[in-house]
Amino acid sequence: MSTEETHKIVPYRTFITVWIGLLALTVITVLASWIDLGALNVWLALAIASVKCSLVIAWFMHLKYENRFLKLIFLITLITLAVFIGLTFVDVLYR
Amino acid sequence: MSTPEPKDAFGAKFGMWLFLFTELILFSGLFILYAVYLAKYPKEFASAGQQLSVPFGAVNTLVLLTSSLFVAMATTSIQRGQKKLTEWLLAGTAFSAVIFMVNKYFEWSAKFHHGIYPDAPGLKELPQGEQIFYGLYFATTGLHGLHVLIGLALFLYVWGTVRSEKVHAEDYGLLENSGLYWHLVDLIWIFIFPLYYLVL
Repeated sequence: MSTEETHKIVPYRTFITVWIGLLALTVITVLASWIDLGALNVWLALAIASVKCSLVIAWFMHLKYENRFLKLIFLITLITLAVFIGLTFVDVLYR
Repeated sequence: MSTPEPKDAFGAKFGMWLFLFTELILFSGLFILYAVYLAKYPKEFASAGQQLSVPFGAVNTLVLLTSSLFVAMATTSIQRGQKKLTEWLLAGTAFSAVIFMVNKYFEWSAKFHHGIYPDAPGLKELPQGEQIFYGLYFATTGLHGLHVLIGLALFLYVWGTVRSEKVHAEDYGLLENSGLYWHLVDLIWIFIFPLYYLVL
């Protein structure tokens, strides 16, 4: 298994750019909550939070630079979560 | 003379990610409960959610995002052999955890003052949906706060290992894995903040 990617040194500038992006998205999510969009508010907030999470996972958590194996097990976790959430709502919504 | 133990940096990182997945699934359970009860009691969730303080939530979001930046930068500085800078960044992270908890203390104190705390007598008079909302609020932010406290202890320890050069440019797995843990704590808050403080 190659560990070459594991030792990539990420420049400070990259992290600071990601941080600015995260702050901007935080401001957007606060502003968006002031507009009454009904049920859409929740979905919009979830969408923005997902983008923020992707930034944190890819750059801060370094997953972008890791090997395929780590990316694969991360994907498996996401699918597991999606199954949990999906099956719960299949039950809850059609009772 | 003792020979240093052989280390497997990738194995350690893989183990850390597996642990983080169990953490994600733990918190997801609480978020699934939130989603199910929000669908069942939208009005009660809205009226209870509006009692939460957006400024407290927003400040803690900034604190956690910034501390995540510090840890991410610390993984770069340790690899570049910048020991002093690494120490400062780790101290900054630990300090951020303190600010987060101080904020949480004031936020929860205000709630307690209004008679909103787990098993409070006044709470039982509220509609069931609001009781469930506050229950989930205390359980989720409480479990998250516990993670922040553990993070604080962890980063004080990592700071010490950098100072004593047990963690250095050739062996920084402890710092990297602690960073992964801290980013996960940040990730959970990225969902808690809009769901509990903003959208309702």
